[in-house]
Amino acid sequence: MKKTPLYERHLALGAAMTEFGGWAMPVQYTSVIEEHRNTRTLAGLFDVCHMGEIEIRGPQALELLQWVMSRNLAGQRVGEMKLSAITNEKGGIIDDVTVYRRAEDHYMVVTNAATREGDLEWILRARRERGWDRASVTDRSDAIGKVDIQGPLAQNILAEIVEGDLSALRFYHAMDTRVAGMPALVSRSGYTGEDGFEVYTEAARIGEIWDLLMRLGDPHGMKPAGLGARDTLRLEAGMMLFGNEMCPAVTPFEVVYGWITDLDKEFIGRDALIKQKESGVRKKLVGFELIDRGIARHGYPVLAGAEKIGEVTSGTFSPTLGKAIGLAFVPVRFKEPGTVLEIEIRGQRAKAMVVPLPFYQRRR
Amino acid sequence: MAKPSPQDRKYTKEHEWAKADGAGTVTMGITDHAQELLTDVVYVELPAVGRKVRQQEPIAVVESVKSVSDVYAPVSGEVIEVNQALEASPELVNKDAFGAGWIARIRMEAPAELDGLMTADQYEEHIKASPH
Repeated sequence: MKKTPLYERHLALGAAMTEFGGWAMPVQYTSVIEEHRNTRTLAGLFDVCHMGEIEIRGPQALELLQWVMSRNLAGQRVGEMKLSAITNEKGGIIDDVTVYRRAEDHYMVVTNAATREGDLEWILRARRERGWDRASVTDRSDAIGKVDIQGPLAQNILAEIVEGDLSALRFYHAMDTRVAGMPALVSRSGYTGEDGFEVYTEAARIGEIWDLLMRLGDPHGMKPAGLGARDTLRLEAGMMLFGNEMCPAVTPFEVVYGWITDLDKEFIGRDALIKQKESGVRKKLVGFELIDRGIARHGYPVLAGAEKIGEVTSGTFSPTLGKAIGLAFVPVRFKEPGTVLEIEIRGQRAKAMVVPLPFYQRRR
Repeated sequence: MAKPSPQDRKYTKEHEWAKADGAGTVTMGITDHAQELLTDVVYVELPAVGRKVRQQEPIAVVESVKSVSDVYAPVSGEVIEVNQALEASPELVNKDAFGAGWIARIRMEAPAELDGLMTADQYEEHIKASPH
C-alpha cells in the first residue's frame, strides 16, 4: 500500500486507517459523524495526496484535452477549473477529473487515485495516435501534495497563510500563489458541498502546510477529517464517486454528467453517446431516501416485485438530515422524484422514495 | 479508552456481554470495546420477540456510518424482550453499551452455556491479545 507524505501524522493523530485506491488513508480520526458535522459547521482538513495530477503542456495541449474530455474546454480561461469525464469509445466513463488551466498552454488534470495510471496511459495513447507531439504529458502525482480545507471557516483559516486575496477567488477558480511561502495552486472547490479550497504544493512540503493549518485552524474549531466523512459529505451534496456510481460500463447520461458532456465537439466516445442520446438512456442514477428503517448500502438490489431492476451505488446514514440516503441505478420509468422503490436489505424489503439531488445544499 | 468490563456478567470473543437476570433469563448487548471500534452507531436491527436463537447465531445487526456488523447470541434461547429505545436512539450503544444500550433479553434454553463464556478478566485479556 502506498503512503501519502502525511501518513505518519495520521497515525500520530490516532486515525483508523483503511485502504483506498491502493493507498493507506485515514478513514476517521475520532468519529465520522463528528468530523462530518465539524466540516459542515466550522472546518475540516483532508489529506487528498492520493489523487493524481497529470500535467499537459504545449501548443497542442488544448487539442489533446478536447479529444479526451467530454467537457468542451474551448472557452476555459486561465485560472478556471472544469469538471469533466473521460470516456472510452463506447461512451463509458473511465474517470471523472478536474481540469485546471494554469497558463495559456499549461493544464493540470486531477484524477482519482485508482485511475491515475490508466488515465495517464489513455491520454498518452490518444496523443500518440493523433500525433500531437507538441503536447507534453507528465505524471506529476508523486511530486505534488494536496490538502483540502473545507467548511464555512475555511477561508478565514487559509487566508492567514495565502499570499493574495483569497476572498476574491471565485468558485471553481484557481490561483497560482504562495502558501506559507511555498509556491502553491489554490482553488475554491472541493468534494463536500461546503465552501472550501483545494491546495496543491510540492509533496515534500505538504506536511508543513498541514501542520500550519492544524495549528491555525485549532482556535477556529477546525479538525482533520477522514475518508469516512469525505464520503458522507459528498453523498449529501449529491456528488458521485468513481468506482461507486461510475465505471466504464456507465455513460455520463446515465449518471448526472450530461451537463459536462458536449456532443457538439469531437471527443472519444462522442459517436456512441450521440446514439445513446437519440435512443434515450434505459437506466438512470437517482437519489433516494429510505422510508422504512435501515441503511441501504452499495450493491444492495432495487426490486420491483420479484425482479431485480437496479442497484444501490452509494448509501449511508446522512448525519445532516438524520436519515438514510443513497444513490441507485433504476430503469428510467422509476426516475421521477416521488417514485417509491423497494430495496432489499439483508433479505428484507425496505421502501425508499426517489428525491431530487442534492440531498443537502448549503445556505449561501 | 473503553470502560472497564463489569464483573457482574459474562463475555464472548465476538464482544457480546450476557448478564443473568435470575429466573433463567439474560440481558445481552455489545461491549464498550466493540462500540469503540464501531463508533457512530446509526442503526440497530433488533430480533423479533419470540424468536428462537442458537448460541453464536446472528441475533442483531449493528450499523455504523461505515460498517455493518452482526451481533451473535451469547446463549441459546428465546428472545423475550428487545430494547425498543434503540430504534429512536441507536447512539445509546455508544453512550452506554453495558447499560441503556442493551440489545435483547433471552430466556435461556441451556443455562450451562453461560458458564462457558469468559469472565470480565478473561475478556479484558482477550481484547489485549487481539484488539480487533
